[in-house]
Amino acid sequence: MTTIAATELMGSKAYDAQGHYVGKVREFFIEPAEQPNRVGHFLLSRGSFQPLVARHDQIAAIETGKIELNVLERALGTYEPNEGWLAVTKDLLDQQIIDTSGRKVVRVNDVELAEQRTNGNVELRITQVDVGLPGAVRRLLQGIAPQRMIRGLQNRLPAKTIRWEFVNLVEPDPLRRLKLRITHEKLEDLHPADLADIMEDLSPAERQGIISSLDEETAAAVLAELDSRLTTQIVEKLDPEKAADILEEMAPDAAADLLGELSKETSEELLEEMPGQEAEEVRELLEFDPATAGGMMNTDFVFVGDKSLRGEVVDWMKEQDLNLDQLDTIVLLDGAAQFSGTVSVARLLLGGTDQIVGELKMEPLLSVQPNADDKDVFELFDKYNLRMLTVVDEDGRPLGVITVDDVVSKLVK
Amino acid sequence: MWSRESLEAMGERWTERVQRVRDAVRPFRRRILMFLAVVGPGLIVSNVDNDAGGIYTYAQAGAKYGNAVLWSLIPMTIALYVSLEMCSRMGAFTGKGLSDLVREEFGFRVTFFLMAAILLVNLGNVMAEFTGVFWASENMGVSRFISVPIAAIAVWILVVQGTAKWVERIFLSFCLVYFSYVISAFLAKPDWLISLLHLFPPHLMQYVPTMKQFVQVPKFDAEYAVILAALVGTTIAPWQHFYLQAAVVEKRVGPRQYPTTRNDVIVGSVSCMLIVFFIIVCTAATLYAQGIHNIPDAGTAAIALRPLAGKLASLLFSIGLLNASLFAASILPLSTSYVVCEALGFESGIDRKFGEAKIFYTLYTSLIFLGAFLVLALGKFANTILLWSQVFNGFLLPPVLIFVLILVNRRDLMGEQVNTKGFNWIAWISTIAMIVLTLVVAYTSIHDLFTHPAS
Repeated sequence: MTTIAATELMGSKAYDAQGHYVGKVREFFIEPAEQPNRVGHFLLSRGSFQPLVARHDQIAAIETGKIELNVLERALGTYEPNEGWLAVTKDLLDQQIIDTSGRKVVRVNDVELAEQRTNGNVELRITQVDVGLPGAVRRLLQGIAPQRMIRGLQNRLPAKTIRWEFVNLVEPDPLRRLKLRITHEKLEDLHPADLADIMEDLSPAERQGIISSLDEETAAAVLAELDSRLTTQIVEKLDPEKAADILEEMAPDAAADLLGELSKETSEELLEEMPGQEAEEVRELLEFDPATAGGMMNTDFVFVGDKSLRGEVVDWMKEQDLNLDQLDTIVLLDGAAQFSGTVSVARLLLGGTDQIVGELKMEPLLSVQPNADDKDVFELFDKYNLRMLTVVDEDGRPLGVITVDDVVSKLVK
Repeated sequence: MWSRESLEAMGERWTERVQRVRDAVRPFRRRILMFLAVVGPGLIVSNVDNDAGGIYTYAQAGAKYGNAVLWSLIPMTIALYVSLEMCSRMGAFTGKGLSDLVREEFGFRVTFFLMAAILLVNLGNVMAEFTGVFWASENMGVSRFISVPIAAIAVWILVVQGTAKWVERIFLSFCLVYFSYVISAFLAKPDWLISLLHLFPPHLMQYVPTMKQFVQVPKFDAEYAVILAALVGTTIAPWQHFYLQAAVVEKRVGPRQYPTTRNDVIVGSVSCMLIVFFIIVCTAATLYAQGIHNIPDAGTAAIALRPLAGKLASLLFSIGLLNASLFAASILPLSTSYVVCEALGFESGIDRKFGEAKIFYTLYTSLIFLGAFLVLALGKFANTILLWSQVFNGFLLPPVLIFVLILVNRRDLMGEQVNTKGFNWIAWISTIAMIVLTLVVAYTSIHDLFTHPAS
């Protein structure tokens, strides 16, 4: 199996079964609906004549500069544009793609094709895309310098290629995306932070295309990682129903931060679309100034009575649908539903089954009011090495919690 | 009287008051920051324009022709605005940089040669900036072998170590130095009405009956064309278009923030040209009025600032020239390496580490140090460097503008935001006018070089 670059084949002369010249190769088309990696059609053009199209089973032999067909010229069809065909030169070369294994956005320099012999004809299959220097050199010198010199030169350069199965195309037009069978399933397996980095390298239309095709949970996680200016641009352009579904998947504080950046009307419209309870929580958070403890807190937190036994609490927690990756501190309430302290999961883990959780609580007892300045909150986190801080109202009732990741993302801004 | 309690109470009252003010200001604070974040690129890109080459050209124009070149400022403002606006619009509506669009729409080979040309032309520009540093320092009595290397290292460190935003703000505030020309122009007491009258082409005004006696009509010869072309070439530089569009994309300006950015471009173009107006009026009222029609060195150029600074004029001019040169020297190499790397698909950006963006840092570093080295090595030919860097700019401008015009009129990229007919007319006319002027300046400078080599 030999590999040939698309650039090397471009401009090759095609001859029919009787050896008559038919035209020069101007484009390769892949038909993803049929075969994801096979070059299905070759565009042959000859001067001012109407361009012809050779199908993959009409190709008898391929070498650089020369393509032999196994049919006569009159058996070839004429070219008509087809949205469902992926054009190698127009849609791939010089365009940005997502490398799902390297987790970044890259530009395609060239496409590598492998010959595959089937009964009586030769097929070309895309094996990998070239994003490195060899491809760049070939694009620059092809047709100017002798073939052997280019090959010699590119062999000395470090190769940088991406296997075709790791290539994720970006197509902003949803209809074309459907016709080309482009899905973003592979992107959903990436870490949301990596996906957010990728999104930042793309154009707005491409970002929009990706967000709208991701599942709501992934979309929510990605939006939470993105720069706030991008988030608002994306959400404003989304269909309100889809946007509300995504917001529902986000933590209430992240959702409130996002809505706070939008215009009053848009944010009201989205809140209307969200189910009552979630919308209510977010509405409450929206009341707070973003630069205060209230604006940073999350109303979604775990609390238990301080008189409960450790065993009861653990059993109760097992039954709840908690986000175990994020949970590390639990708020304790006294009989009057007022804040009485916090207990870390580690203390809970090592405590005796019959121990009262109130005895495990951490010293000193810290909490802030929602109107406290964010700077004061940062200082508390720094001074006491906190991972979580409870926000309480004037009557000492807990309203929400600020976690260390809220502080970090606020500080990084 | 000053008991501890009363002091503490007073302190508390103050804290409370400060808190109240802070609470009141909070909603605005974000708005101001937003404004600063969006304003910026247009203002920066136009002000970097008044760099060493720029100041030299404007001063030279004012000294040589007095008020008679002022009329060119209005069409130049329009051309500057029109060409920059197209790039900012493309950035806002496609979300892609100019070099990305050229690569995607015109392919690798075209992009490669365009980038190679940009690299070469901007190396020339960087050399012109270091020539500015060299002039300013020799004028202050510091050897160029000390000042130029220090400037190169300072610029390199400032940009690599500082975050981009911070650097921009510093230089933006430095732009205030240009006001010394404004003040000096007022102190020189020129005849303002006459100057304003010259904003209309004197070649036409002489036919208006009562105006003939006031206007000064220059002879339209090759020398005059060179000055005009140099004015255009130094005002509308190719790199600006790449820089502006990249900055618009980087700042995430979308269709909704676009009106603010357009205002920024207007403010930038007009303020840049206002400064140019004052520089020319100032030099016309001083150098030209005193019969000094040629500027061979920084000392002569500084005479224009005497009305403001008297004996310190030379120092003030040197500081202004130094700032202008350093400002441009820190933006040019950075934006050039960024644009080239983006177009050819290499990792770029100062937020990346050296190992992640080797080519980017190599380009950036070599532009600065090679530029500085060449200036030191070719020190004797400072004037030639300044001239040729502007000529090269002029050569590159028409192709860049043609790319911009083709791209901005592509409906598949821009949708409804393609140029309107009127806008296209203005843009094509300015492009063609620039091509003609460029050809004239190219012809005359090549001609000059052969008739009286390197003066």
